[in-house]
Amino acid sequence: MHTLGIINEMIGLPELASEHGSMVDHMLEMVHWLVAVLLVGWSVFFVYCLMRFRKKRNPKASYSGVQGHASHHVEIAVVVVEAILLLGFAFPLWAQRITDYPSGPDVVRVRAVAEQYKWTMHYPGPDNKFGLSKSDLISGANPLGIDWEDINSKDDFVYTELVLPVNRECIVSVTSKDVIHNLSLHPMRIQQDAIPGSVSDMWFKPISTGRWQTICGQLCGAGHGGMVGYMEVMQQEDFDSWYKENVPKPKDEKVPAAEPGDAEESPKAS
Amino acid sequence: MGAEVSTAEAADAHAHDDHHHELPFWKKYIFSTDHKIIGYQYGITALIFLFIGFYLMMVMRWSIAHPDKELPGILAAFLNKSWLNDQGLVTGDLYNMFGAMHGTIMVFLGIVPLAFGAFGNFVTPLQIGAPDMAFPRLNMASYWFYFLGGIVMLASFLLPSGAAEAGWTMYSPIATTAQLDEPNLWWTGQTFWLLGMVLLISSSLLGAVNFITTIINLRCRGMTWMRMPFFVWAMLVTGFLLLLAFPPLEVAAIMQLMDRLAGASFFIPTGLNFSGAGSVDAGLLDVAGGGSPLLYQHLFWFLAHPEVYVLILPAIAIVGEILPNNVRRPVWGYKSMVYAVMVLGFLAFIVWAHHMYLTGMGNVVSTFFQATTVIISIPSVILLTCLFISLWGGSIRFTVPMLWALAFLPMFGFGGLTGLPLAFNLIDLHLHDTYYVIAHFHYIVAPGTIFGLFAGIYYWFPKATGRMMNNTLGHLHFWPSLIAMNGIFLPMFFQGMTGFHRRWYDGGAQYDEITSRVIFDEGSFFANLFKDGQAIEMIDLNVFMTFFVWVLCIAQFPFIFNFFFSIFKGRKADSDNPWRATTLEWAAPNMPPHGNFVTEPIAYRGPYEYSVEGHETDYTPQFERGTDGVILGEEDPEAAQEEDGH
Repeated sequence: MHTLGIINEMIGLPELASEHGSMVDHMLEMVHWLVAVLLVGWSVFFVYCLMRFRKKRNPKASYSGVQGHASHHVEIAVVVVEAILLLGFAFPLWAQRITDYPSGPDVVRVRAVAEQYKWTMHYPGPDNKFGLSKSDLISGANPLGIDWEDINSKDDFVYTELVLPVNRECIVSVTSKDVIHNLSLHPMRIQQDAIPGSVSDMWFKPISTGRWQTICGQLCGAGHGGMVGYMEVMQQEDFDSWYKENVPKPKDEKVPAAEPGDAEESPKAS
Repeated sequence: MGAEVSTAEAADAHAHDDHHHELPFWKKYIFSTDHKIIGYQYGITALIFLFIGFYLMMVMRWSIAHPDKELPGILAAFLNKSWLNDQGLVTGDLYNMFGAMHGTIMVFLGIVPLAFGAFGNFVTPLQIGAPDMAFPRLNMASYWFYFLGGIVMLASFLLPSGAAEAGWTMYSPIATTAQLDEPNLWWTGQTFWLLGMVLLISSSLLGAVNFITTIINLRCRGMTWMRMPFFVWAMLVTGFLLLLAFPPLEVAAIMQLMDRLAGASFFIPTGLNFSGAGSVDAGLLDVAGGGSPLLYQHLFWFLAHPEVYVLILPAIAIVGEILPNNVRRPVWGYKSMVYAVMVLGFLAFIVWAHHMYLTGMGNVVSTFFQATTVIISIPSVILLTCLFISLWGGSIRFTVPMLWALAFLPMFGFGGLTGLPLAFNLIDLHLHDTYYVIAHFHYIVAPGTIFGLFAGIYYWFPKATGRMMNNTLGHLHFWPSLIAMNGIFLPMFFQGMTGFHRRWYDGGAQYDEITSRVIFDEGSFFANLFKDGQAIEMIDLNVFMTFFVWVLCIAQFPFIFNFFFSIFKGRKADSDNPWRATTLEWAAPNMPPHGNFVTEPIAYRGPYEYSVEGHETDYTPQFERGTDGVILGEEDPEAAQEEDGH
């Protein structure tokens, strides 16, 4: 799905691969039109004035200058356009992102945990419930400090890249072990600060498959410029087999069928 | 009352000029309480810091454009060689250090002191007809706090740890935990930064109190509120911004200092566990915890957004003085501008969280801050529109200060307009912390504010020195600067849209898949011209921009030369009012003496009476009584005329 946008096209937005991303692109296109109109209007007026009212051509200045109310109309037009952008688009679209939060068994859940200078993804396994993680359990072998004694962690696994299936809603819960980072997925038109001590969710629905670099969007130290991560969006079947491969082998119990989506976020990395 | 007495005293003092020559040099020029000398001190110090900030940026831009090429000797000469790696390349640490200090120095030590400290100090009392600031000693203290703060910041470069390196925003926990590997945490750049900020903030607070008091109390007779030049209005609003916005940052700085040095955890959450890749040892961080990193961000941005308006209001105001003077007609919509600037000042306090859209903000909060952020564009648009419309019907003189002022309008306008997209939470999902943001605010501050400040330097130079700055050198300074500024900042919008984030020391080389987006195909005209036919990629724009950084650098030499040359050898100003201007500072003699005015200044009319019908010249100064000079201030038209005997 590509958004039609002259300015977006001209400036060169990167590829779009998420459902809500078209809202972002539309919004960007609209606001840029407002910017362009004002800019061109001002520029034309400006250049005309510089030529028409230079001293040589207009030796005597007019005390009163512009008489009409054109500028008031321009102001009012700007206010109206801005009000439309806010009330008609920005508020409802953002509210939609908050209120239409996906839930249910079909939602893909991942915890993205940042540290200097890499990402580790925590998948909840078939039960769709994250096991507890505790920062004092963190070690080389257990980078997220997952408490393997926890019943929910039995089928959890970690992975270095963000792997997601296409056309399913995904909630990525972003947090950090040390300083503030930011998980920035430009093809998905989404970013979220990774703030230590709290977990922030972001959700989106990938609509095309592919493999992209993910960016750390918040200064996190000397290695910030090289904190390159990868995300991959694959077909459902590929995702399923990838998932199966990574779930720890000794499977003890069946997936609890009863509304795993109701499960709260896993306890925070406390 | 105070004004009259002190003006009289001042006039008296001027009559006994020689009395003042008895002041020893250090008292007259170093520890001076005269607002003009303090203005010069602020100005010179701030210009030096601007150049230091510029140098830091040149090193950074070299690293961005040529991450694999040795830093040129001319840049490497001024830095500690051990900061470079074995191949003489800029490291991530060095880049972060210079990045943090570039922002800090430009904002807190360069532009604000030049705009508010230097121009505010020099111009404000003159424009309201006051003999000096209300609290001259406080004024001196303000400068010396600033000076000390600057010394602390510069000294931090000499520490073994180097200067602060956590971004000019100094977010916790990165700022609190940076340089923790040093043996003595007092002697680290991060700590020095906090101490320096406490000094700088104290300086600004002293200045703010002083400006507000001066403008309210020391206006001369006839200088009613609506006869104040717009510059004075802007200073008043700026004073309130500093007064009310800086204390939270002072608190934040002290709290972060406590976190670093005293084991407090205001901004440090529980359970931080470091990987050991940074400067902190691997494992759990040994702190009490329980703090909130977001609290710091709120405190920081509660200052730092109003600070943006502290950066731009003085520049708009300078342009607001120079423009009517050179179009020879009144500024259009003076009253609208005054109200707009007051509304702007108020709104500036309730937009801060738009810097934090991606911290995980709820719907209500984000709705509120999107609304206020968009609304604040309205007074800004009014200000700019008034200035643009002022051109209509004018008789425009293209003097050097006017060139800068004119260039300010579209540059600042462009910077302001590109802020509109960023006001929306949704769009920030794509553009947050990308080069689009960098381009946006640099357009406002670099070709915006700095152009305004240059305009002011060229404009008030004859008042300060009695001599004009050289025109040809002025043109040599202006035109290359204008081109170079756009060459540097325009491409950043495109990079930002592509997804280039800020603070990459290698300009995105490691994010090759994102940054290698092709702009000009292989074998196309530009590809043949610049890259031997190879496709030109987004990342190649870095080289283009860095080239213009050098152009901008070279373009400053005519200015530096012009500045010093003209102080001593410049053409003498033909009168006390060489620009044929209307405001009160031009009533004072050039190089105004202690106490400023020879005779008591009186404002007889509004500030911008240019090309009044029936007047013999095309300007009617505020201080000229003229035939219609009965329009005095509210109180005592008759009596005042009697006493005055102008």
